[in-house]
Amino acid sequence: MEKINLICIECPMGCNLEVIKDKDIEVKGNKCKRGKDYALKEIENPKRVLTTTVILKNSYLKRLPVRSDGEVPKSLLFDCIDYLNKIEVEAPVKMGQVIVENILNTGINIIASRSVEKLP
Amino acid sequence: MQYDLVVVGGGPAGLAAAIEAKENGVEKILLIERDRELGGILQQCIHNGFGLHIFKQQLTGPEYAERFINILKEKNIEYITNTMVIDITDKKEVYILNEKLGYKKINAKAVILAMGCRERTRGAISIPGFRPSGIFTAGTAQRFLNIEGYMVGKKVVILGSGDIGLIMARRLTLEGAKVLAVVEIMPYSTGLTRNIVQCLKDFNIPLLFEHTVIDIKGKSRVEGVVVAKVDENKNPIKGTEIYYECDTLLLSVGLIPENELSKKAGVIIDKRTSGPFVTESMETNIEGIFACGNVVHVHDLVDYVTLEAKRAGKAAAKYINGTLKRDGIKVVTINGRGIRYVVPQIINVNNSNEVTLFFRVDNIYKDCKLEVRLNEKVIKSIKKNKVTPGEMETVNIDFSKLDVKQDDKLFVEVKE
Repeated sequence: MEKINLICIECPMGCNLEVIKDKDIEVKGNKCKRGKDYALKEIENPKRVLTTTVILKNSYLKRLPVRSDGEVPKSLLFDCIDYLNKIEVEAPVKMGQVIVENILNTGINIIASRSVEKLP
Repeated sequence: MQYDLVVVGGGPAGLAAAIEAKENGVEKILLIERDRELGGILQQCIHNGFGLHIFKQQLTGPEYAERFINILKEKNIEYITNTMVIDITDKKEVYILNEKLGYKKINAKAVILAMGCRERTRGAISIPGFRPSGIFTAGTAQRFLNIEGYMVGKKVVILGSGDIGLIMARRLTLEGAKVLAVVEIMPYSTGLTRNIVQCLKDFNIPLLFEHTVIDIKGKSRVEGVVVAKVDENKNPIKGTEIYYECDTLLLSVGLIPENELSKKAGVIIDKRTSGPFVTESMETNIEGIFACGNVVHVHDLVDYVTLEAKRAGKAAAKYINGTLKRDGIKVVTINGRGIRYVVPQIINVNNSNEVTLFFRVDNIYKDCKLEVRLNEKVIKSIKKNKVTPGEMETVNIDFSKLDVKQDDKLFVEVKE
C-alpha cells in the first residue's frame, strides 16, 4: 500500500488530498468530484504545459517566448528545456508558428507565444 | 498637440481602455508607452494562465497582449513608445518627453491613467546587511531572464510567496538554478494555490511560512542569507536562524500602484488601495481623469484588469460626448469586517444600473459568507468554502432592483 499527499488545484479551495494506492486507488480529503479526477490524473501521468524561451536572431529581442501546444509529461520537462536551449530561431516570427514539431516524440509541438518583426 | 483622449500606459489596462473608447466613438486617441513596445509586464510573463475569464483558454502573457495590440492596430489607434509622461495637470494637459519629439505639451479632453504598479524593493522592507549584487525584485529577474536572456544566479532564495516569486522559482529551476527555499513572513501565501503546487511542489522547493530574511551576507556578491522564524508580531525568534549559502536573493514582497503622475494632477489616493478613489465609471476626483488596472488597485488576474479598463474606456467616451451624468444618487461603498478594501468607492446609480464590486479580504476565512448590505439590509450573501487575501473577490450589484437614496452606504463584510 502506498500513500501520496496532493493538493488539489482545480479551484481556490486547495483541498489536501490523500491518495491510497492498493489494489484500487482511493482518494480522501476531496470536497468535490473534481478533486478525485485531479488526483487520478496526477497519480497516473502528471502532465504540464511548458513555457520557456529560445534564442532569437535578427531582432531587437534576444529571446522568443514559446509554449507547448498541449501538456507534456512532467518527467520530460527538463529534457524538453535542454532541447529547447539549443534551438535558435530567426525573426520574423508569427504568434502560433511551430518552432519544434513533436518535441521528444510526445506528439506535442512547441509554438511561438508572440510575433516578432525582423530588424529593418 | 490636441487629442480627445490620452491614455497613459500601454499595458493590458491602457490597451483595453483605448480600444473600448474607440469602439464607443472617440476619434482622436493617443496611447503613450514608456517602454520600447506595447504590452506592459505581460511581455515578460511568458507562463500560461492568462485569459481564462475573457477568452476561456489559458494564454501566455505575450499572447494575451498581442491579441489586444492587434485590435489596437486594426482600429488605427495612435500610439507612441519610448515616451515618458512627465506631468499631468488637473486641466488635462499632458507633458511628454521622448527622443524624437523632445518635450511636448498635449491638451486632452479626457485622460485615462493606466500606469500599472511597481514592485516593493529591499528598502521597503528594511532588510539589514551589506548591499552586494545579486539582490533583485522578482519582476526584474523575470525581465532579465525572459526578455534579455540573462540568468540572475545559480543558487537562489526567494523572499515572499506572491505569484511572481512562485513563478520565478519554477522558471529559475527549469533554467538550471537551484532554488533553496521560498520564505514567507505570513502564515499563508498571497499567491494562487495552483502556483504553489505547480511551481514549488512540482520541484520539491520548500516553502517556509512565518519566516523572513534577517541578514544578507557577502560584500561584492551575495554569499548567503540568514532566515529566521517570526513570532506573531513578525519579530524574528532567536535560535531559529537558518543559513542558506546562495548567490542570489529574489524579493517578491508586494506591489504598489504607481501614482506619482496621478498625484501631480491632484488625484486623491485611497490609503487602503494606494490607488485613486474612483467611481462606478472609474473616474477619479478630477473630472475627465479616469484610472484603471493596477494603478487603481493591484489585481491578481489580468482578465479583471481588462474588464475594469473597458469600464474606464466606455466612461471616458461618455465624458467626451457629454453623456456622463454628474447628477444622480450617489452611494458610498464601505469595507466592513474582514474586508481590506472595495473598488469602486463611490457609485453614481444614474450612470450604471449594474456595478461589479472588486474587493479583497484581510485574512483567510473558511466556510464563511461574503455579505453586501445596503445600510442595514442584506442584499447579497455569497457562501464561500474559502477566501484568501491573495484572491480578489467580485460581486455584481443590480441597482435597478434597489431603492437607493443619496449617501446610502453599501457595506461589504465577511460573516463567519
